Amino acid sequence: MLGLGVDRLQADINRLLASLFHQGVLDEQFLQLQQLQDDTSPNFVYDVINIYFDESEKLLRNLRLLLMDREFSDFKKIGLHLNQLVGSSSSIGARRVRNVCVAFRSASELNNRLGCLRGLEVVEHEYHYLKNMMHELFQLEQQRLLAAGVRYPM
Amino acid sequence: MAEKLPKLAKANLTALVVDDNSVNQSIHHKLLDRLGIQNDIVCNGKEAVDAHSSGRNYDLILMDMDMPIMNGIQATKRLREMGISCKIAGVTTRADEEEKKEFMDAGLNDFQEKPLTISKLISILQNLELYIVKT
Repeated sequence: MLGLGVDRLQADINRLLASLFHQGVLDEQFLQLQQLQDDTSPNFVYDVINIYFDESEKLLRNLRLLLMDREFSDFKKIGLHLNQLVGSSSSIGARRVRNVCVAFRSASELNNRLGCLRGLEVVEHEYHYLKNMMHELFQLEQQRLLAAGVRYPM
Repeated sequence: MAEKLPKLAKANLTALVVDDNSVNQSIHHKLLDRLGIQNDIVCNGKEAVDAHSSGRNYDLILMDMDMPIMNGIQATKRLREMGISCKIAGVTTRADEEEKKEFMDAGLNDFQEKPLTISKLISILQNLELYIVKT
């Protein structure tokens, strides 16, 4: 019965991941991240994704502050923030976030403020979707570990 | 999950990760760790230069291009001017041919596009003869 719980949870995890890959939310780089997780760093993926969330939220906040300023003209700063977001999104395999950041960056290179505002909204939307999906994934992982722990009591 | 990897040509290799992005710092640190390469992390080119000025030496530097204070191109030039002859591999998310040439001309030994993976890192190490091919 307990074993079935673990198996069912693993199936849920596999299904969620397959869906995220199919939607293009994640790409192969996420698998690379998972391959780096080992006994010496059993929470590696969780830790790196949380660093990504912390950094991204600061960058998104800064982008919004910059663009909401009526006197705004520093498109170069927008570009620098977006380079960071593109880089870190690529590194964790967050393909859709990365792609919309690249589109946003194109608007900033054209000094198009309205385009930038639209770009920011799209990035925020994709980012929050990714974050929700990652939280769901981590919750399932945690439940699976707990279920496995119950199955093999110490 | 951790795969067995071929042997390093020189044991006790050391590396310096030069990157301003925390996510990349974590990943590059872990990649090097996985290959048994002891490594330090700094946040920009100036810190890389300062590390060497203070007497620290490394077999390999993984140098990001776009960084605040001192970027990868400036840092690579400065390190070579200082007589630092270790292998420097440039890693960056975006680089058109002109930017890549400028980075290489600054004194790089190799270049890889991010995101870095185990196989890209092994490729760097093999190109720089820091790795032997498993037979």
